[in-house]
Formats: sequence, C-alpha cells, structure tokens
Amino acid sequence: MAALRSSASRLLGAAASRPALRAAVAPAAAVRGMAQVADAASGDANLKTFQIYRWNPDTPSEKPRMQSYTLDLNKTGPMVLDALIRIKNELDPTVTFRRSCREGICGSCAMNINGTNTLACLCRIPTEDKAELKIYPLPHTFVVKDLVPDLTQFYKQYKSIKPYLQRDTPAPDGKEYRQSKADRKKLDGLYECILCACCSTSCPSYWWNSEEYLGPAILLQSYRWLVDSRDEKTAQRKDALNNSMSLYRCHTILNCTRTCPKGLNPGLAIAQIKKSMAF
Amino acid sequence: MIAQRAGTTALRRVAATPNAFFAANTAARLGLAHTQTRPVATQKLTPADGAALLAKQRLARPVSPHLEIYDKQQTWFGGSAWQRITGSAFSGGLYVFATAYLAAPVLGWHLESASLAAAFGALPFAVKGAVKFLAAWPFVFHAINGVRHLTFDMAIGFHRQSIIKTGWYLWGASIVGGLYLAFLA
Repeated sequence: MAALRSSASRLLGAAASRPALRAAVAPAAAVRGMAQVADAASGDANLKTFQIYRWNPDTPSEKPRMQSYTLDLNKTGPMVLDALIRIKNELDPTVTFRRSCREGICGSCAMNINGTNTLACLCRIPTEDKAELKIYPLPHTFVVKDLVPDLTQFYKQYKSIKPYLQRDTPAPDGKEYRQSKADRKKLDGLYECILCACCSTSCPSYWWNSEEYLGPAILLQSYRWLVDSRDEKTAQRKDALNNSMSLYRCHTILNCTRTCPKGLNPGLAIAQIKKSMAF
Repeated sequence: MIAQRAGTTALRRVAATPNAFFAANTAARLGLAHTQTRPVATQKLTPADGAALLAKQRLARPVSPHLEIYDKQQTWFGGSAWQRITGSAFSGGLYVFATAYLAAPVLGWHLESASLAAAFGALPFAVKGAVKFLAAWPFVFHAINGVRHLTFDMAIGFHRQSIIKTGWYLWGASIVGGLYLAFLA
C-alpha cells in the first residue's frame, strides 16, 4: 500500500501516521485518500460515517447534496466539531463551516445535527450506535456555502429591537445605574444568550414568516431589555411588538426551548412578554 | 508522560530556532525559504463590483432543508400544529354540515337527525367505532391541548422536560379518551 501513497502524503509524514480516515465518496476529496484507506483497514478501528450537506456557490446550478466521510472515532475528539475539523484537515479541505471558540460561547458552529439544531462544539458524537450522523446547515436559511448559513436577516432583526440600554434620566449618584439584587436576578437566563440562532431556525413559525416574525432568539433579547429595571423605554419597546407579526406569530410550538444549546428558555420569555402585554 | 513532553518541548524549541545553515544553503537552493507557491489566484474588486457579486450570489443561494430533516418527534407530533389541524377540521366540518343542512330541502337530501341516526345505526360495529373515533379523538385532543395552551399562556409548564412529557401525555390521553368515547360512552 505504501507504494500507492501520493508524494504529498509521504512529504507530510504526519499525515501518514495520523489518519485512519476514509474518503467515502469524494473523488475530489481523495487528495490524501490512499493513506487513509490503508490506515482504516488496519486494527480495531471504531468507524463512524458523517453525512454532510454540501453546496458550492461557485457551481450554483449543481443541486445541494449529501457527502459521506468516515472517521475512526478512536482518533477523533469527542465532539462533532472535532470530527468536522478532522474532516476538513485530513479528508477534504473544501468542507466549509463556521467555528471559533470550540466551547459553546461564540455560537459560530450552530448547525442541524441529527435533526435538531445545536452547537457542534457542545454536541457529543453519539457512540452507542453505528448510525450515520447527518449534519445540515441551520434549517430554512439561505446557504452561503455548505454548513454556513446567511444570518443577515437575523442580525437585522436583532438590530431592530434596539438591544441596548435606553434611558434619559442620569444616575442619581452620577456614577452608575444601580439595580436591586431581585431586579438583577430577572436577567438570569436571558443575558446568557449567545445569538447562535439555533432556536429561531428551529421554529416552524419563523421558517414561514422570517420576514416579519422576530423569532425566539430576538424575542428573548427583547424580553431581556423589557425586564431590565434600568431601561426607561419599556412602553416604546412594547409598542413596537404590538402587532400581529412581530410577537404573535409565536404559537407556543416550543421547539426553541427544546433545542437551545445553552439551556435557556426562549419559549418562556415569549410567554412572559405576551403576558405582560395582556395584563 | 512528563519526560515525553519535555522531549517534544525541546524538539519544538529546536524547530523554532532559525537554522542558519539550512536557510543559507538548502532552503534558498530549493526555493523553499520564504515563498510558497499556491495554485490560487486572487483578483482585486472594487466595492461596487463586490456588492454586485454578492447580490448575484444571493440570488442563487438555496434554502437549507427544514421540515423534512428536522426531528420528526417535534415536527410531526407537535401539539401546536395538531391543535390547529384538529380545530380547522372541526370548524371546517361544522361549516360544511351547516351549509349542507341549509341546502338539504332544496336538493332533496335527508340530513335530519332521525334519518342520520337510522343510517348510522345500519353500519357494522367496527365502522361505527371508527367513525366515532375519527370525531372523538380530535375533540379530546383539542380539549386537553387547549387547557395545556392556556397554562402556557400563564407562563406555566415551560421546563424542557415537562414540555416533552406533557406532549406525550397529550397523545396518550387523547387516544384513550377518543377510544372511550367511540366504543364505551
């Protein structure tokens, strides 16, 4: 088998000793494919196949397709992001996805893994079965490339709710806007949101109405500013939501709460807004 | 482990130190010193051209898959969706029957309670049960889930686990209730 190795893999000695990978379909991906096939065949490899959504903007007429990659889990980190990074590094450098912090605080690697939206860096690779793991971009978003969704509309909507402290009266002590412990506690479970868009893109209502409906993530942020005791524009903020689309397209489907990778509760925040508008 | 680590650290240090001999001789001759040839060409774009390219690309972007790939349990068994479906079926059914009832004398149909009851009584037991279940299940589902949504409106019951649990209880209770109304009541 060694004779079949490409000169590239022999030059990069590390690549030959590392892999245990197999480029399943991918003719274009098989740059270092030979060495990988050889490695995977030897020993007691714990193989897992990842199916990844592919679409390339350079060939826009080609339909999006699923491409399979097989990795040896014994040589891969525990999280889906580890697998994606290995696939990109060692199998197919054209696989495109966003990632940054790898610890669930930046929200870049939000994607649909095995049917639910989550952060790839916080999602363990399921090891109990041999089933293929399916990875799609966030549902019902425009795809920039592969797993990268276009979040322009999401960010525009975030901007539209004025996500910053608005007040006219200066602080009584001239230094800072003080808040009681009880008031501060109201912000717990709201300020932790990292705007990964997992919840908004899990919401069927947002799928069909993303032009006008704000979606769970942005409404959770709305609520974060509505309950802030230091904010003085509560009435205006409520007025902005008081129409048939912005808020009331929420039909309490609650996919948002079930999918939030940070364990927050957008569904509850929306219910609180509705309640405060009603009474 | 520590010894090994110390070894790699030392190796790294050596690798990081510029090797004067290598730089002067081998590297320069091989053309490896500082430049790397890459088979990639870049082109300069004016901001206007860039925006035009982006606009063109945006038109071609596909919408990522949604309903067909999302967790089936959440999309196909969602209480909210079925609340709407059962409610629409009932109000639709009411409109259809009421309109037909109004038109019945003109068209010569017999939709009076007595003739409907006689027609229904002539059906075999299994068909009777199935027809009754088809009406009873949506009714029970809509009633129970209606109460569930009223509690949601009061901001109660939003724990992740209780959402999942009450979702399944809803299906179980509505099927049992529907069967009860269809066969026993």
